[in-house]
Amino acid sequence: MFSYIVRRILATIPVMAVVALFVFSLLHLSPGDPAAIIAGDTATAADIARIREKLGLEQPLYIQFGTWVWALLHGDLGISIFTNLPVSKLIAQRVEPTVALTISTLIVSVLAAIPMGVLAAWKAGSWIDRAVMVFAVLGFSVPVFVLAYVLIYVFAISTDLLPVQGFVSIRNGIAPFLSHIVMPSLALGMVFAALIARMTRASMLDVLAQDYIRTAQAKGLANDKVLIGHALKNAAVPIVTIIGIAIAGLISGVVVTETVFAIPGLGRLTVDAILRRDYPIIQGIILVFSAAYVLINLLVDLSYTFLDPRIRY
Amino acid sequence: MTVAPTDLAVLAAPRERSRGVWAYIRRHPTIVIGATLLGLMALMAVFAPLLGTVDPQALAPVQRLRWPSATHWFGTDMLGRDIYSRTVYGARVSLTVGISVALLASGIGLVIGLVTGFSRWTDAIGMRIMDGLMSIPGILIAIALMALTRASLENVIIAITVADTPRVARLVRGVVLTLRELPFVEAAHASGTGFFRILWRHILPNTVPPLLVQGTFVAASAMIVEAILSFLGAGTPPNIPSWGNIMAEGRSLFQVAYYIVFFPGAFLSITVLAMNLLGDGLRDALDPRLARRM
Repeated sequence: MFSYIVRRILATIPVMAVVALFVFSLLHLSPGDPAAIIAGDTATAADIARIREKLGLEQPLYIQFGTWVWALLHGDLGISIFTNLPVSKLIAQRVEPTVALTISTLIVSVLAAIPMGVLAAWKAGSWIDRAVMVFAVLGFSVPVFVLAYVLIYVFAISTDLLPVQGFVSIRNGIAPFLSHIVMPSLALGMVFAALIARMTRASMLDVLAQDYIRTAQAKGLANDKVLIGHALKNAAVPIVTIIGIAIAGLISGVVVTETVFAIPGLGRLTVDAILRRDYPIIQGIILVFSAAYVLINLLVDLSYTFLDPRIRY
Repeated sequence: MTVAPTDLAVLAAPRERSRGVWAYIRRHPTIVIGATLLGLMALMAVFAPLLGTVDPQALAPVQRLRWPSATHWFGTDMLGRDIYSRTVYGARVSLTVGISVALLASGIGLVIGLVTGFSRWTDAIGMRIMDGLMSIPGILIAIALMALTRASLENVIIAITVADTPRVARLVRGVVLTLRELPFVEAAHASGTGFFRILWRHILPNTVPPLLVQGTFVAASAMIVEAILSFLGAGTPPNIPSWGNIMAEGRSLFQVAYYIVFFPGAFLSITVLAMNLLGDGLRDALDPRLARRM
């Protein structure tokens, strides 16, 4: 068990190394002079030279990579070209809204999707099942920003129930925080909920066909006890796995959702960085998001032993 | 329980599959619905100039921000361009990107999957690289690549392909690893069949069904990613009308003129839905065991 945890943690190192290599080589794989690309179309020769100097582009590649990784390991993500501030500081300033949005989306979609999937599997073939499956296909097909605009139209423009956009920190009160975060969470959570509902249904159908479920029912156990205590507990591993994998999609969605709802998080930082071609910021954000994804999936893998004691390593 | 002889006969004789178009539709409704919708979208894209459209880039400042009416079915944007024409032409971008990315990612993913599935040495390296790439959220890969290159339709296609290929490669590798252990492949190997013949006759045909299903889902997600990139200003250049572009231009005006965002958004959703329905249907048709569960 302990050796498994150690091995699993060590296995994240090559993955992060590939991520770092990809992020580093992006600038150098692209056609043309990286400094000229970053500087943009209107830059003068002096601008380009200044950027080349700042990024250390005149040194050999392996030295550049070494210095970059060394700085990275010390938490130094470089200096933003546009604002001249450390990237790590810029990212730290923007983390809170993004984390708040991600967590509330996770809560909303898991709380909605798991009961839907359980019900659909229990009443397989019924109208409930059909309705959940229709939701799953639709939820998967309506892009997050389209859904976001539909929600804004319904809840903010035509009824005035919720604020159109913006973000309020939880420290400034729960009510304003919730009223601002609910629409973005619903918009972002739709795809996620569709996926989890579908996986829950499939996993539950598998488990419900097992003998021990029939035994539990035969001995007269109440339906809810069979469904939750016996079935859902045993169906949990695939569901948790898909939640971990789908976090990547969630992160992609965050960028768009923050743009639509004008939330000042990492997604907005990304979009601003693209428009200004502020490459150190883009690199830093990719690294942070990927590290978060790798870490979450590490936790998911480690959770298997607690969810299913039969799994031994 | 007694069983009447006639019942036994009915059970024994394999029920002849009813033929004809209607029977096919009844068996695979999602394939038919998805394919029909996609066919209509494709026709709309190809025959865009004949569908009562005007030049999608034609400016008419006098007629800017007109609500949908008989002359401008979907209204006009802040430069007076006709949204109906722009939306119809936008189908070209969406379908081109979706289909190109699906074909490219499937082709490249197939090659990587076959090579890594057969050689231990490349597998160790190749799959670590794929794992690394897959832990970067797809849109960020595409955004990073687009931020480096000039905005063009080709670059959008390349950027999304890079992000989508690792998933296909992993799928193909999994299929190859499973097939290699199956008796019919071992038998072919034992009877002296050459490597390339095994690859061509036994392995490749079996990768087609999962690739076909995966390809439709890749196409669906590529269309969404293209729209998102364009919406964020890092995708299709503004001189080509795409659904994401039109929505980006309507973004700041949403509270006063939500129709600008609504029409391209609806077309995008319908197209992605059609692609997903086709994929679901294909998966059910090609893997009946899975069909009952998902």
